[in-house]
Amino acid sequence: MDFPYLLLLLLLLAIGAYVFGTRKAMAVANAGGGIRSLHSLPSHYGALTVVAAVLPAFCIAILWQAVEPSVLTGLLRAGLPPETQGLSASEFSLIINDIKNVVAGNFTPGADQTAILEAAERYIELQDISDQLLTGIVLLLAAVSTALVYRRITVRLRARNIVEGVLKALLILCSAFAIFTTIGIVLSVLFEAIRFFKIVPAHHFLFGLDWSPQMAIRADQTGSSGAFGAVPVFAGTMLIALIAMIVAIPIGLLSAIFLSEYASERLRTIAKPLLEILAGIPTVVYGFFAALTVAPLIRDLGLHFNLPVSSESALAAGLVMGIMIIPFVSSLSEDVLHAVPQSLRDGSLALGATRFETVKNVIVPAALPGIVGGVLLAVSRAIGETMIVVMAAGLSANLTANPFKAVTTVTVQIVTLLVGDQEFDSPKTLAAFALGLVLFFFTLFLNFIALRVVQKYREQYE
Amino acid sequence: MSRSERPPIGETPQRSLTEKIGKDLPRRYRAEKRFRRLGLAAVIVALSFLVFLFGSIIGSGYTAFRQTYIELSVTFDEAAFASENLAAADFPGLVKQSLRSMFPEVRERSALKQLYRIVSPSAAYTLQDMVARNPNLIGSTQKIWVLADDDVDMLLKGQISSEGEEANRRLKDNQLAWITSLREQGRIETRFNTTFFTAGDSREPEQAGIRGAVMGSFFSLLITLLLSFPIGVMAAIYLEEFAPDNLWTNIIEVNINNLAAVPSIIFGLLGLAIFINFFGMPRSTPIVGGLVLTLMTLPVIIIASRASLKSVPPSIREAALGIGSSKMQTVIHHVLPLALPGMLTGTIIGMARALGDTAPLLMIGMIAFIVDIPGGVTDPATALPVQIFLWADSPERAFTEKTSAAIMVLLAFLIIMNAAAVILRKKFEIKW
Repeated sequence: MDFPYLLLLLLLLAIGAYVFGTRKAMAVANAGGGIRSLHSLPSHYGALTVVAAVLPAFCIAILWQAVEPSVLTGLLRAGLPPETQGLSASEFSLIINDIKNVVAGNFTPGADQTAILEAAERYIELQDISDQLLTGIVLLLAAVSTALVYRRITVRLRARNIVEGVLKALLILCSAFAIFTTIGIVLSVLFEAIRFFKIVPAHHFLFGLDWSPQMAIRADQTGSSGAFGAVPVFAGTMLIALIAMIVAIPIGLLSAIFLSEYASERLRTIAKPLLEILAGIPTVVYGFFAALTVAPLIRDLGLHFNLPVSSESALAAGLVMGIMIIPFVSSLSEDVLHAVPQSLRDGSLALGATRFETVKNVIVPAALPGIVGGVLLAVSRAIGETMIVVMAAGLSANLTANPFKAVTTVTVQIVTLLVGDQEFDSPKTLAAFALGLVLFFFTLFLNFIALRVVQKYREQYE
Repeated sequence: MSRSERPPIGETPQRSLTEKIGKDLPRRYRAEKRFRRLGLAAVIVALSFLVFLFGSIIGSGYTAFRQTYIELSVTFDEAAFASENLAAADFPGLVKQSLRSMFPEVRERSALKQLYRIVSPSAAYTLQDMVARNPNLIGSTQKIWVLADDDVDMLLKGQISSEGEEANRRLKDNQLAWITSLREQGRIETRFNTTFFTAGDSREPEQAGIRGAVMGSFFSLLITLLLSFPIGVMAAIYLEEFAPDNLWTNIIEVNINNLAAVPSIIFGLLGLAIFINFFGMPRSTPIVGGLVLTLMTLPVIIIASRASLKSVPPSIREAALGIGSSKMQTVIHHVLPLALPGMLTGTIIGMARALGDTAPLLMIGMIAFIVDIPGGVTDPATALPVQIFLWADSPERAFTEKTSAAIMVLLAFLIIMNAAAVILRKKFEIKW
């Protein structure tokens, strides 16, 4: 039976179990002194029966799904001709792929590939057996555990406590997903990065000045043995983030101050949502805007002033990224400005300071930690932003501080190294994970500091 | 202040201070005004970026909603349908023949090639579909509107020029002459571009559509919604209502806050390494895309749901507990229904973000060129923002307007989702 149908079957079982459990509870109650003698509501007994019917069966089904492919492949391997069994892991996975394609009907093997055709038939057979086995086990398990609980339903069974305990365990499991995700991220980038650092020493990667990850395919090719010094990539990332912040900080901060200290209520209600639209636009749209409109504009301007501007200049990418980050800076700083107590404002104005002086000498200094935290969050955003730089920044790693030249960034390199490549044993693809590791920990560091600063600051005035 | 410097009687020190301040006042007021203007200018600059962005997208994309068609009179020659198999018939030949009959003066091979090129290669499939639907057409002559080639389309929309050096032009002089003659005969028309909404991707701009990408996005978001909403809400309930204040809870909270700020491409790396390489899930499929987007959206939903739970006043909980309901019953029967609208709002906003996100999908291979429209979560697919990225990279001029049009569709979806969130919030917002 297919997995979705199995789930549907479990759902039906659950409904049935609920009805039976509730009825049994009512029957028990009626026999022994009325409904008030029950420990829990009848529906709790129903729910308990549902838990018994579904939970073990569901766990088994999920586990089965996870284990099934590797077991099937193992069985398949045992059935293949001996010369195939001696192949390396990657070649063998190709054969398995072929077999699966035959099963899916995407591929018809030639006359000399009878082994594959036979294997495909075996695969279908094995899968059928596995499906039937799973269905049988699930049904059996559901029936047995339901029967066990059903028999134990008495007036004194504390059904509510058990059901609520299970529910609470489920809630805890859900909240632990955040931890699983973090562990998943760390493990996935760490493992591949360690494999990379076994090939390329970590200090070469972190301090090397030459980045050209294209590897020679044949041994006799010259010139492209691959160089993995990531400093130009980091420098490019910083350059673009710097340009973005030069655009975003003044505009974002000034708009935040204007909107929270000066603007009339009407202007605020119009301007704020409009600014937030900027934050809601997908980054791929900014990337298209940067590549199609802004980059040519800047290049033409450069030609006008006799400046050699690359058509993938860091300036274009940074500028558009800055625009994207404006609402981020402005909404974070506005929150912070709002948190400054009104009494500080009133005190300063009462001393005869103008509003500008109040802002300059009282509000901004008071809000500074929060603003710095917000800016740090924005920097982390700029560094991790992908689509704008993929579409508007360059691929070649130049170590330069000239904003008119093309530079590349960490995220661009990750995308170019991984898109279209399925091999996971070349340093080229593994380098992407090493870059990902650096990116993850760097942004994590920034976020951590920023969140701490903002939190400390909020507590100060609460 | 020494005795001798004391001001003469009648002039108090107060007044001189006022004078001093008064002297300074214009300068201070000027600074005040300057700063105010600067702030206003910042807001205006930010908003003008918005206008500029929208203007540039709409300006280069609105033409994509209309497409150029050419009328051919095709003779379905019986000789061409000698074989039983309909697909074996030479439909491209029929198109070519009808073009030749319209311009009988063209004889040279190279000129003929140019002539054939003004009609889209899809014309043959249009004919094939017609005959498959109505075999009685064989033997008759029909007037049929077929798609024009993208260069012709671009010319009529004024996006490529008919002037300048012939060698540098996409359309040559004789092609221009034929197009002019067709226009004079009323055989060229622009119509609403239905292909754009019904077709999958294509290498030919005039045959490319967003349906496949939209369906891919739909299936991915379906997975995301089905997983992230229940998990997010349950996590929020635990953290807000049940969690004791201990180290474990603290770790979870720090984790959620950090995950909300992790770059999306990192989630793509996670999907590639864990879901595809470790669990062996199929590449390029909405199910993997949906899982990755789920992990990305979860923190957003959890944070919004917690805020929503927090806004339910404690009196509700106390009342429920007071009449004897358990903690779990209190939450499920009384707190959750009141917090649900806020949670839904947060979920919609999270889904809107997931819809626009591209980078993690590139990592898990949803960037392949896929013509077929996906029919389920395990079919290879791409997504709307990835389609935009792919088209933006295509060199053909006609793909630029398609890209802009696809962006307009994406933005329309986002606006609808955000508007729904705002309406939901307005409608169910309770001021306690």
